[in-house]
Amino acid sequence: MLDAPPAASASAEGTAWTRKDLLDTDTLTRAEIDLILETARAMREVRSRPVSKVSTLRGTTVATLFYEQSTRTRASFEVAAKALGADVVNLTASGSSVEKGETLIDTVRTLEAIGTDVIVMRHHRSGAPHLAARHTSAAIINGGDGTHAHPTQALLDLFTMTGRLGSLEGRKVIIVGDILHSRVARSNAWTLLKYGADVTFCGPATLLPRHFVPAVDGRRCAVTTDLDAAIEDADVVMALRMQKERQQRGLIPSLREYIARYQVNAARLRKAKPGALLMHPGPMNEGIELSPEVAHGAQSLIEEQVANGVAVRMALLYLIAARSRT
Amino acid sequence: MTDRILVRGGRVIDPARGVDGVLDVLVESGYVADIRSRIDAAGARVIDAAGCVVAPGFVDLHAHLREPGFEQKGTIATETEAALRGGFTTICAMPNTRPAPDCGPVLESIADRFRRDGRVRILPIGCITRGREGRELAELAELAAGGVIAFSDDGSPVADPRLMRNALALAGALGLPLSEHCDSPEMHTGGAMNEGAVSERLGLSGQPAAAEAAAIARNIELAAAAGARLHIAHVTTARGVELIAEAKQRGLPITCEVTPSHLFLTEDAVAGGGPEPAYDTNAKINPPLRTEADRRALLAALDDGIIDAIATDHAPHAIEDKLLEFEDAAFGISCFESAASSLLTLAARGELRLERMVQALTSAPAACFGIDRRIPGAGRLEPGVSRDLVILDPAAEVTVDPARWASKGKNTPLAGQRLRGAVRAVIFDGTLAWEREGAHV
Repeated sequence: MLDAPPAASASAEGTAWTRKDLLDTDTLTRAEIDLILETARAMREVRSRPVSKVSTLRGTTVATLFYEQSTRTRASFEVAAKALGADVVNLTASGSSVEKGETLIDTVRTLEAIGTDVIVMRHHRSGAPHLAARHTSAAIINGGDGTHAHPTQALLDLFTMTGRLGSLEGRKVIIVGDILHSRVARSNAWTLLKYGADVTFCGPATLLPRHFVPAVDGRRCAVTTDLDAAIEDADVVMALRMQKERQQRGLIPSLREYIARYQVNAARLRKAKPGALLMHPGPMNEGIELSPEVAHGAQSLIEEQVANGVAVRMALLYLIAARSRT
Repeated sequence: MTDRILVRGGRVIDPARGVDGVLDVLVESGYVADIRSRIDAAGARVIDAAGCVVAPGFVDLHAHLREPGFEQKGTIATETEAALRGGFTTICAMPNTRPAPDCGPVLESIADRFRRDGRVRILPIGCITRGREGRELAELAELAAGGVIAFSDDGSPVADPRLMRNALALAGALGLPLSEHCDSPEMHTGGAMNEGAVSERLGLSGQPAAAEAAAIARNIELAAAAGARLHIAHVTTARGVELIAEAKQRGLPITCEVTPSHLFLTEDAVAGGGPEPAYDTNAKINPPLRTEADRRALLAALDDGIIDAIATDHAPHAIEDKLLEFEDAAFGISCFESAASSLLTLAARGELRLERMVQALTSAPAACFGIDRRIPGAGRLEPGVSRDLVILDPAAEVTVDPARWASKGKNTPLAGQRLRGAVRAVIFDGTLAWEREGAHV
């Protein structure tokens, strides 16, 4: 095994990682995000080697603590941690003390007591990682909290977009779907605005924010219910997962009507810029938010997003664990 | 010695009797004995109240004592000691206990505990419906005979409009008001805070202002149809205030209250002042803290009398009820021991007139529930009749330190905040019952 990835942490104009936790993208500086992306590029290089593992985090224990189901985020973090040589403990709410009524604070303190350095957590309640972070000296990485934030998804999306497009300055990014309840949309908006993109939130009126949209340096997300107009000349189209229970709760008349107005299909994608990038954070409801032809078409980056997720999570684990060791 | 107390040279504000001036107050043999510009009382203990405000003991229309049933959150003894320190000498206890006072025998056993353990006067509020479940009416006449001062299902709004109208009519015939938490829960899914910019940023479920306004409008119409009195508990929205103002213009017998928390804080307290959102569960209260525009509307409505009274909604919780994910944490702020300081801070900032503040804490709430008829002298300073008074020091610089509170509930978003003004001393039943020491509340 090689001992270390090509060091990136000293570059990005000398920015050093100083945060204990990663809770959201909203307070990250441009320099900190640059550092993450630069480190992720080095990690992608590690992943491309014949032996795609290093021992940088040997002796570091990473716990994944998932109160909500997940395939890609949990697996992605586990692969990332192991690729850096860390030990990994996986916990889910079912089958653990959580079922016996243990509180979140007691659970994270227990993990800390057994020597966990980094806790990757997903929780159905917004703000749960913020609560955990205040009550443990272990680092907390937010793997998605309620309807609030999903910073590692936003960072891997940014990594994917900059990898394809270079600069995002003035690029037009459309995020379509259930914006109001989407932690992915909000965290993406913060990073994209910081990188100079023009961001538009698009969806049915009942699933759009009414009082708040992210804004950076006076530039704020646009909000529209008209996908056909919004998608024109888009550089990136990101579709979000549509929860089927939104129909039962009366937020949309039917999935049929949602598909008619908001599904990204070939006809709609043709209105975007030629070769526009199509993204989806997964898991996808094929045939609802994306038509199968575009989901698996040439413009789809869905699998690339997943692959990049490992590199970005390696970068975050590397930066955060290195800080906690010093 | 404590039998004879001379409170010297304070600004005496007694809105009920139109008194506002620098006067001496003599307390003797358990009663306010004399109020004049200069009293010589040889042998009396003298409290120099120069620079202070001397007011009647505060009257609170809305408090949670937690006993019986939730003694880990608070007991009658701890919470009434907290009330005393906050200047509240007559308090109305909400019925969300276990068991709830929805029939004579339960009420009687709770009232016995009040008499035994209460450090201040406690008036019970009876349930509107059995078990506060909103299905069948409680036996209102039996509760009235047992001494309740009003009826309420507390945090469980009566959803069924026919039941509500009947309750209003029956309570009205008994000469008692119905105090209603105005919310339309069907309009939101268990909203944990105000629906608005902060809830959308933090990804939290919200209660729209419309849910309060719609319930206020409905209940005003039902009260008008029943020809009965209605007291609207803790109004929080600008639109709610407009609806109440219109009802009062129509001459309807509607009264309402506002909490110190809603006058002093906004939804921003949930996010906190730091770069990362705090998700401060100590700022989680029902109805929720609203916007700055709402807060200003509440202050204006209090100033011009649309809002009658300030009531604490004192809601102590155990630490474990609040050290949780925001949406899983309990609603409520422990308020008795910080209420006067937050209100005096508003007065110091010029957002609330001191005289109006005193009125809204004394004579106005006493009138809302007819408390002055039940307890002679409550909410005013009437020589030979009144027994309680509060001395306030508007210039005191204090830090909120809930660790020192008498209340079991340390749940306040004000912990560590510097406030201007504090209760200095409290005379209850003609005895000096509490004096503040140190620069904290």
